[in-house]
Amino acid sequence: MDPTLTPIGWFLWTLLYVLIVLMGVMISLAFLLWGDRKVWAGVQMRKGPNVVGPFGLFQSFADFIKFFVKEVIIPSSADKFVFLLAPLISFTLAFGAWAVIPFAPGWVVSNINVGVLYLFAISSLGVYGIIMGGWASNSKYPFLGALRSAAQMVSYEVSIGFVIITVILLAGTMNLTGIVEAQNGGIWHWNFLGGGGLKNLPLVVIMVPMTVIFFISFLAETNRPPFDLPEAESELVAGYQVEYSSTPYLLFMIGEYANIVLMCALINLLFLGGWHAPWPEGFTAGWPDLARNFYFLLIFIIKIVFMFFMVAMAKAIVPRYRYDQLMRLGWKVFLPISLVSVVVVAAWRVFVTGAV
Amino acid sequence: MTAFLLQYLPIVIFLGVAVAIGLVFMVGALVVAPSAPDAEKLSAYECGFPAFEDSRMKFDVRFYLVSILFIIFDLEVAFLFPWAVTLMKMPHGAQIFAFTSMMVFLADLTLGYVYVWKKGALEWE
Repeated sequence: MDPTLTPIGWFLWTLLYVLIVLMGVMISLAFLLWGDRKVWAGVQMRKGPNVVGPFGLFQSFADFIKFFVKEVIIPSSADKFVFLLAPLISFTLAFGAWAVIPFAPGWVVSNINVGVLYLFAISSLGVYGIIMGGWASNSKYPFLGALRSAAQMVSYEVSIGFVIITVILLAGTMNLTGIVEAQNGGIWHWNFLGGGGLKNLPLVVIMVPMTVIFFISFLAETNRPPFDLPEAESELVAGYQVEYSSTPYLLFMIGEYANIVLMCALINLLFLGGWHAPWPEGFTAGWPDLARNFYFLLIFIIKIVFMFFMVAMAKAIVPRYRYDQLMRLGWKVFLPISLVSVVVVAAWRVFVTGAV
Repeated sequence: MTAFLLQYLPIVIFLGVAVAIGLVFMVGALVVAPSAPDAEKLSAYECGFPAFEDSRMKFDVRFYLVSILFIIFDLEVAFLFPWAVTLMKMPHGAQIFAFTSMMVFLADLTLGYVYVWKKGALEWE
C-alpha cells in the first residue's frame, strides 16, 4: 500500500515536502543575497563580499551566524509582545506564500485552484508585520517608516491586482499550474505577448506594459530600491527596522528577500511562461517524469535568477523616488492604465477570441 | 467538501513550520547571544536625548485616506477575480451580458475615481 494514503504517512510526506521547499528557498536566498551584493558592488566598481569561501560565496552564512550571537535588544519603551510578534509575522507570511508556488508540473506543496487569490491575500497581510513593528517600537523613525511603508504597499497592491486580472482573463483560471500550462509551447504563447499563440498577438501592446507595471509595482510592494522610502537611510535611518537587532532583524530581512524572490517567481509564472523555455519543448516528451521535472525546475530557477538580477540592477543604478512622486505614479499612472487594460483585454476576449 | 478542504491542509502545515523556524531563530538568539542591557541601550533610538513627547504622535490624515481608498479599490479587484475566471467559460450570449454588466460597474468605479482625483485626495505635497 502507498504509505502516503494513511493519515500519518500523508502528514510525514507533506512535512518532508514542506521542509524541502522551505530549506530550498532559504538556502537559495543566502546565495541570491550574496549575488545582490555582488551586483551592487560590481556596478560601483567595488569587489563586494570576497572573503568567506570562494568568491565570498558563503558570506550570507557567516552573516547568519553573526546575527545569532548578537544581543537581542528590546527597547524599554516598546510593547514587548507585539515587538517580537511583528518580525515573526513578516517571516511567516513571506514564506507562507511559497506554499502555492509550483516549481515544475506537479511539484507544488498545495495545488489550490485559487492560488493567485491566495498570494494576493498573503501579500496584503504583509503590511501587518511592518505596521506592528513600527508601532510597537514606540520610536519616531520606525513609526514614520511604518506609515510610509503601509501607504506605499497598499497603493501598489491595487495596480498589481488589476494587472493580475488581465492575466486571469487570458488564462481563464486562478490555478498557478493552470496559468503556466496555458503558456506552454514557446515564447509566443507567453502572457506578456498576449498568450494563446499568435491569435492574441495584438494584445502585445497591452501585455508588455502590464509586465513592466507589474515589475515596477512589485519593487514598490516589497520596498525595494528605487522605492525603498520606508527605510531611506538618509531620512529615516532604517524605517520600521531601526529598533530591531539580532535575529528579530534577521527575520525581517529574510522575509523581505523571500518576498522579493517570490515576486520574481510570480512574474515568471504569470507573464514569462513559468517553467517553460522560450523554445517548443516537444523533445522532452519521451523523457522520464523526474528528468523532465528537473529540466523544468532548472529553466524556472534560471528565470528567477534573471529576474532577481534585474531587481539587483534596479537597486544599483536607479536613484530613489520622492514620496509624492511615488504616490502619483501608483494612483495616477498605474491605476488608470491597468484599469483600462482590464477593459481592453476583457473586450478582446469576449468580442474577438470568444466569438467562436 | 473534505477533499476540497484537505487541499488547504498543506498550507496550514507550511505556515506552522514557518512559525516554528521563526521561533527557533528568535529563541535561539535569546539563549545563545549575550545579554547585558543597560538604560542607554534600551532607550529608543533618537538623536541623542530622550524624546519630548510620545512617539505615537498625530500624523498626516492622507495616510488614512490612502488606506480607505485602498479598501475600496482592493474590493473592486477582489470582485473582478471570479468574473475574470468565469468569463471565458460561458456561451457567447451570456459572455456579452457578463461583460456589459461589469463595464457598468467599472464605469461607476471610474466615476468615483475621477471624483477622488478632482477632490485632490491623490495629491501629496
